[in-house]
Amino acid sequence: MHRVKVRVVEDALDANNTIARANRADFDRHGVTVVNLMSAPGSGKTTLLERALSHWHDGPRVGVLEGDVAGSLDADRLAHHHVPVVQLNTDNGFGGECHLDANMVRSAMDALPLDEIDMLIIENVGNLVCPAEFRVGEDARIMVSSVAEGADKPLKYPLMFRACELVVINKIDLIEHVDFDMDTFLYHLDAVHPGVTSLPVSARTGEGVDAVRSWLAALPDRVRAVA
Amino acid sequence: MHELSVAGAVVDTAIAHAAGRPVSVVTVRAGHLRQVVPRSLRFYFEIVARDTVVQGARLELEIVPGRLGCRACAHEWDVDSPAFRCPRCGGGDVTVLSGDELEVESIEVEEPTPCTA
Ligand SMILES: Nc1nc2c(ncn2[C@@H]2O[C@H](COP(=O)(O)OP(=O)(O)OP(=O)(O)O)[C@@H](O)[C@H]2O)c(=O)[nH]1
Ligand SMILES: [Mg+2]
Ligand SMILES: [Zn+2]
Repeated sequence: MHRVKVRVVEDALDANNTIARANRADFDRHGVTVVNLMSAPGSGKTTLLERALSHWHDGPRVGVLEGDVAGSLDADRLAHHHVPVVQLNTDNGFGGECHLDANMVRSAMDALPLDEIDMLIIENVGNLVCPAEFRVGEDARIMVSSVAEGADKPLKYPLMFRACELVVINKIDLIEHVDFDMDTFLYHLDAVHPGVTSLPVSARTGEGVDAVRSWLAALPDRVRAVA
Repeated sequence: MHELSVAGAVVDTAIAHAAGRPVSVVTVRAGHLRQVVPRSLRFYFEIVARDTVVQGARLELEIVPGRLGCRACAHEWDVDSPAFRCPRCGGGDVTVLSGDELEVESIEVEEPTPCTA
C-alpha cells in the first residue's frame, strides 16, 4: 500500500447546496416563495405562525412545512388554524436531527401542495447555530429571537443573525420580567448584521404581528424584483 | 454543537472523493468567521468517521483569519470579533474577503502499490 494525495478543494456544504438549488428550481417552477424560519428552541416560531396565519385573508396563500425533531405537536397546532401543513419528521429513533438540510426538504416535495400555495414557510428545528449552515432552497430567512434569551445573543451567535433577512424580536410582553434592554440588543445586532430589518413582536398578545404579516405579504414581489 | 454538523459535511465530502479507498488524512480550511471550535470538530470528526473509509483518518485543520472589505470606502481590515461595520467610515455594506470558507482541500488515500516486477 502507498499513500496518494487527492486534491479536493470543495466546500464541505457543496452537496447540500446542490440539492438546495434543485429545491429552489422546483419551488420557482410552481411560483412558490419559500421562507426558512429559524430560532433557538422555544423562541416562539410556531406561536408566531399561529398568530400571523390565523387571520390571514388576502395576500399569498401560505403553507407550512414543520421540521420538528419528533412528533407532530407543532403541525397539529397549525392545522387547528386551517393552515395547510406538512410534517417533516427528522426523528431517527434517537431524538432526531438538529437542523433541516436540503435533502430532508426534498424528501417532502411530493407531499407539498405546491399548486395550491404561493408561499411556503419552513419551520426549522430549534437550534441557534446549525440551521445557518444548511440552505434548503429558501428565498428568505427569518430569525426569531425572544427577549427571554437575553440581549447578547447576536454577539454569541453571529452566524445565525447574519444568515437572515429579518430578525423578529419575540415575547416583548415579557420585557419587564426578564431585564432585556432593547437598545443593547439592537446595538449588538447592528454590529453583527448592519442594516438588517428587525421587528419587535409578542406572538402571545399579537402586538407587532401585523408588521410581520406585511413583511411576508410583500416578500414574493421583493424576491421577484431581485431575480 | 454545530461542529457535529460540520464534521458530518466534511466526512461526507471526503467519502465522496475517496472512491472506496481508505482515507488516512483529511485537510480542511475553516474560516474564523465560521465559528468552528477545533477541539470539538476533531472530537466529532472521529465519531462521524467511524465505520466509513475515513475511520481513523487524521484531520489537518487550517483556520483562515477573517478579513473584511468596505464597499463604500474600500477600507480592508482583520476581524477577530463579530463586528461587521467599517471601522473607518461606519458603513455597513461589507464583504467578507476571507474567513468564511469551509473547504475540504485534499485527502490522502491508501492505494495498493502496483506490481512492477
Ligand atoms: N410570554 C410569551 N410567551 C410566548 C410568546 N411566543 C411564544 N411563547 C411561548 O413560548 C413557548 C414556546 O413557543 P413555541 O411557539 O412552541 O416555540 P418554537 O420556537 O416553535 O419552539 P420549537 O419548535 O420547540 O423550537 C410556548 O410556551 C409559547 O406559548 C410570546 O410572545 N410571549
Ligand atoms: Mg415550533
Ligand atoms: Zn468604509
